[in-house]
Amino acid sequence: MEKKLVIAPSPHIHGNMTTTRLMRDVLIALLPAFIVSVVVYGVSAVIITAVSVASCVLFESLISRFLLGKRATIGDLSAVVTGVLLAFNLPSSLPVWMVVIGALVAIGVGKMSFGGLGCNPFNPALVGRVFLLISFPVQMTTFPTPAGVNALGGAVDAVSGPTILSFVRGALKGGMTTADIADQISYGDMLLGFKAGSFGEVAALALLLGFAYLLYRKVITWHVPVFVLGTMFVFSGLLWLIDPLHYMNPVFQILTGGALLGAIFMATDYVTSPMTHKGMAIYGIGIGLITILIRVWGSYPEGMSFAILIMNAVVPLINKYVKPKRFGAVTAKKK
Amino acid sequence: MLKSFRIGGIHPPENKLSRKAAITPMPLPEVVVIPLSQHIGAPAQAVVAKGDVVKTGQLIAQSGGFVSANIHSSVSGTVTSLDPVADAGGVRRPAITIRVEGDEWVDTIDRTPNLIKECNLTPQEIIAKIAAAGIVGMGGATFPTQVKLSVPPGKKAEYLIINGVECEPYLTADHRVMLERGEELLVGVQILAKALGVKQAFIGIENNKPDAIKHLTELCANTVGVEVVPLKVKYPQGGEKQLIDAVIGRQVPSGGLPIDVGAVVQNVGTSLAVYEAVQKNKPLIERVVTVTGKSLKKPSNLLVRVGTPINALIAYCGGLPDAARKVINGGPMMGRAVANLDASVTKGTSGILMLDEKEALRPVPGNCIKCAKCVSVCPMALEPYLLSNKSKRGMFADLEPLKITDCIECGSCSYTCPAALPLLDYIRQGKAEVMKIIRSRKS
Repeated sequence: MEKKLVIAPSPHIHGNMTTTRLMRDVLIALLPAFIVSVVVYGVSAVIITAVSVASCVLFESLISRFLLGKRATIGDLSAVVTGVLLAFNLPSSLPVWMVVIGALVAIGVGKMSFGGLGCNPFNPALVGRVFLLISFPVQMTTFPTPAGVNALGGAVDAVSGPTILSFVRGALKGGMTTADIADQISYGDMLLGFKAGSFGEVAALALLLGFAYLLYRKVITWHVPVFVLGTMFVFSGLLWLIDPLHYMNPVFQILTGGALLGAIFMATDYVTSPMTHKGMAIYGIGIGLITILIRVWGSYPEGMSFAILIMNAVVPLINKYVKPKRFGAVTAKKK
Repeated sequence: MLKSFRIGGIHPPENKLSRKAAITPMPLPEVVVIPLSQHIGAPAQAVVAKGDVVKTGQLIAQSGGFVSANIHSSVSGTVTSLDPVADAGGVRRPAITIRVEGDEWVDTIDRTPNLIKECNLTPQEIIAKIAAAGIVGMGGATFPTQVKLSVPPGKKAEYLIINGVECEPYLTADHRVMLERGEELLVGVQILAKALGVKQAFIGIENNKPDAIKHLTELCANTVGVEVVPLKVKYPQGGEKQLIDAVIGRQVPSGGLPIDVGAVVQNVGTSLAVYEAVQKNKPLIERVVTVTGKSLKKPSNLLVRVGTPINALIAYCGGLPDAARKVINGGPMMGRAVANLDASVTKGTSGILMLDEKEALRPVPGNCIKCAKCVSVCPMALEPYLLSNKSKRGMFADLEPLKITDCIECGSCSYTCPAALPLLDYIRQGKAEVMKIIRSRKS
């Protein structure tokens, strides 16, 4: 006879899920936030994103080609996702050469030095961001104030200013109470993105839309975002109930800073988050607690990046000790 | 809400192309090759010699041990060889080759279509008749049925669960049996219940077969102690442990057997064979086989004599399509790829599936991105990524506490993996190594 038949063990069919498809879905989910950032910050958001993505892809392909001697894996879009997430965590006024350095650290140190996709213990985009934050503290904490928004506190000029979080922090440390600054905080602006901040983190509604898309496409499960945000809400809510004049309310905590971007897009990074739902809960609660601790008592106004990186370090331990409840370990259900 | 197993699961495309094709008797081939090992356990011992003339239904090989099964001639004719013959995997195994001459049946077999409901035999007599007829689990596991019906001392069977789930994509043989042979099937279920001494039997059927659910529910209306349970469409709903969990809400403990939670599971096809064996004296010599594939001309459900070559089935349904690159004995999730199309249909052959090029070739694997999808789909709540990884690195001693021996090899992990890693390939290897470790510790 006859043509040759393929012989392989079962299963003989494969689902349509691929790494590239998952990464593409993450990019689609980030699109609403990107559009808002372009509306709010104009062309600078486009430039930063383009530079960040191009640098990440270039560095990954150069490193895998010339240093690791492996086939370049940029086709899976994971470097593009890292590039977009890094850009979203930067002020739109950051000099372009700093973006390139951030990309080099994110991809080179954060990802490829551990062996590339799937091997890195820390979220690469956050490694890049924190490196920039420590190296260039001034540029990394000066944010252009969107046009049409009142300059916070009136003390800063109209083109650049602090984030709401650092403004509130400064005000509260300076002896003011939450009542004194209440009229300078617009929750509507927070939802829509008209506030100062890293440009991808500002639009709460757009980020939530992305969350809904990720859930719908089954890219992520609800566990990590809900436990991160829920813990932030409960912990900051307790503080607020104890002393509402000196602690900001929980809604404020969730809508400001990198809370949503971090909880939905950064903490859920597959590679650096736990493998079981129980593990995801522990990890999410840890991130929520550390974020609020840093925001309230730490020396930085925002703690999301640090919280995620710290909990990234705990993930191997969580995976080792938190096991799924095996089949047969469950007692009979009532009929 | 529909009942279902509670952990993990996937939903592959159903592709039940032959669901509407009525069961058609396949014409007799010129030669049948009947393997002596069509079941789990010891091979049967041939009791005929070269040159013997045999009738359809005549015993040709005797059960070779406690876990073994009798084998009967599926045709009438002359034994031409007792030499080993290549099986579907290409390995030569003991078999009996018979040249077909007419179709003369053993005269104790009742070939009339009359339905016989009454059964006055004792449980021991029923089990003896089932053993004599060489019946094995026809869902694919091929465990000798009389062994499963012999409840070990100290255990008690409370429920009989009939597996009409057919959760494998493409396969429709059980579906057609439920639709076309429902009355006989139900008598078979009652006989099995009597043999086990249980008062309640359930027939679990996935909800993608509403016609079968309706038909059997109507038939059950005037039958005491048999109830149809519609189940959610989710793979592997028909896995034995999953089915028990779904129907009676009990989970078989790790390393345990269904009888440990008071359950015995039998397949729909097996129940029909039990009816025929006990009421009609007919041994297991033919079965319904789904022959299917997206490019196949006539996807069908054929009533096939055991020993008929796979080639003949394919030819009868329009021939091997040009596009086909892989032929599978069974379903696409758990079936085995066929290397030798001359091999025979056996008691455990539920389907012959032809996959086209695109499905036949595996995607190129990438890096594990720790997406945790394998963990969430595993119906046994194992960690496939970890088992596969440790197995690949040869860290077999670590695998036992991670419960690798609980793996039912359903393939949900490999199916789901976005990096297309061959997770189950490595897990199978690891499982085999761990079994060796366990055996050596016992001895």
